[in-house]
Amino acid sequence: MIEVKNLCKSFSKNNVLKNIDYKIEKGEKIVIVGPSGSGKSTFLRCLNLLEVPTSGEIWFEGIQINSKATKIDTIRQKMGMVFQQFNLFNNKNILDNITLAPTTLKLQTKDEAEAKAMALLERIGLADKAKAYPSQLSGGQKQRVAIVRALAMNPDVMLFDEPTSALDPEMVGEVLQLMTELADDGMTMVVVTHEMGFAREVGTKILFMDEGKIMEEASPQEFFSNPKHPRLQDFLSKVL
Amino acid sequence: MQFFESIAQQFNKTFIVDDRYMYFLKGLQNTIITALAATLMGIIIGIIIAIIKVLHKKTGKLKILNGIFELYTTVIRGTPVVLQLLISYNLIFVFSNNAVMIGIIAFGINSGAYVSEIIRAGIMAVDDGQTEAGRSLGLSQLQTMRLIVLPQAFKNVLPALGNEFIALLKETSVIGYLGVMDLTKAAESVISRTANVYFPYLTIAIIYLIMVHGLSKLFNMLERRFAQSDRS
Repeated sequence: MIEVKNLCKSFSKNNVLKNIDYKIEKGEKIVIVGPSGSGKSTFLRCLNLLEVPTSGEIWFEGIQINSKATKIDTIRQKMGMVFQQFNLFNNKNILDNITLAPTTLKLQTKDEAEAKAMALLERIGLADKAKAYPSQLSGGQKQRVAIVRALAMNPDVMLFDEPTSALDPEMVGEVLQLMTELADDGMTMVVVTHEMGFAREVGTKILFMDEGKIMEEASPQEFFSNPKHPRLQDFLSKVL
Repeated sequence: MQFFESIAQQFNKTFIVDDRYMYFLKGLQNTIITALAATLMGIIIGIIIAIIKVLHKKTGKLKILNGIFELYTTVIRGTPVVLQLLISYNLIFVFSNNAVMIGIIAFGINSGAYVSEIIRAGIMAVDDGQTEAGRSLGLSQLQTMRLIVLPQAFKNVLPALGNEFIALLKETSVIGYLGVMDLTKAAESVISRTANVYFPYLTIAIIYLIMVHGLSKLFNMLERRFAQSDRS
């Protein structure tokens, strides 16, 4: 579904990603872990071109998305993204946050979009917040809204960039719960996270990134019980 | 008693004789038309320039346009508005005698330079995450700008915009240089006929004050409406 070929990304002289090759199949839940500065967020952000690769190719559903001929806006409609800082639209209430993109892009009528948004809010137990503004919600509530905002576009894949890192500890659970439900529904997911429990429970594959490379790729079982790369062994000894 | 008689007489001379109140009405009309139209023009120019400057800064595109607008802001902010008015009238729009229209264009172009910097500051103050969220949902750069970033930028800079428009309203008092009968010119015209300075000056001072006060009230109201999303 997503194929990354020889991806490099540098910010001025700083090489953040070095020749990454990877293939993500439909239905997979890829969890990316690694120390900060390892390039994992940059890698994720390259997948929907929030960061433009310096060289290499990114293919999504048979289309090379980092080609001049590709209209990236159309591609992004099929790739939901969830950010560490939630990034709900501060000037819109919760309902409008969810319906804005589908209605503006004329993918759904206003009534359809609102009905769908309300159903999604119902599902996460926040239907009573439909008319509230982001500033009135807790971090966990904001992040769950951000997730359903992405879902309202009916994406084929969901990208999560450290979705629980900015949350108070007691709110992490509710967000991971929703992500687990999403995974159980069969959504293809790519998740950058520090939540090792989530990686173990939900991931179909775990990638360990360091120094701009994928150092190790393994099933959760293998990843935690039999890490091969010394850097990964070192990393796991610190976080577990 | 004599004092009040004198006041009544002055009032009569200033407003009633020869229907002189018409000067003030005409002047008020021209001041309001000039200020409103120039404000509108300033906002439109300001938004367009601010967006292009920000896009240039973020993407490196639109280099030539950005250069032109840099020059524009430098020149407009670096020269007195009276001079700009005179140059517009005597050098640029020599083919036209419509002084009000020329004044509106000159003030609008002048205001646009200031408004563009205010709005640019407002856009820069909106977190990049807002843009990224919009773009990640498939909205285009312009849709994201229009629906998400600009409304928040406006909210940030409403007080500064209010200041700019108050300054503009009062600045229109120099349009008399082009022979336009605005409020200030009206007072002077009446004074030249009555040789009485108190009533005309006080009258227009109060009218300016009321207009500025109304404008700042309007902006307070806007700020409250925009602050809706801050309730918590």
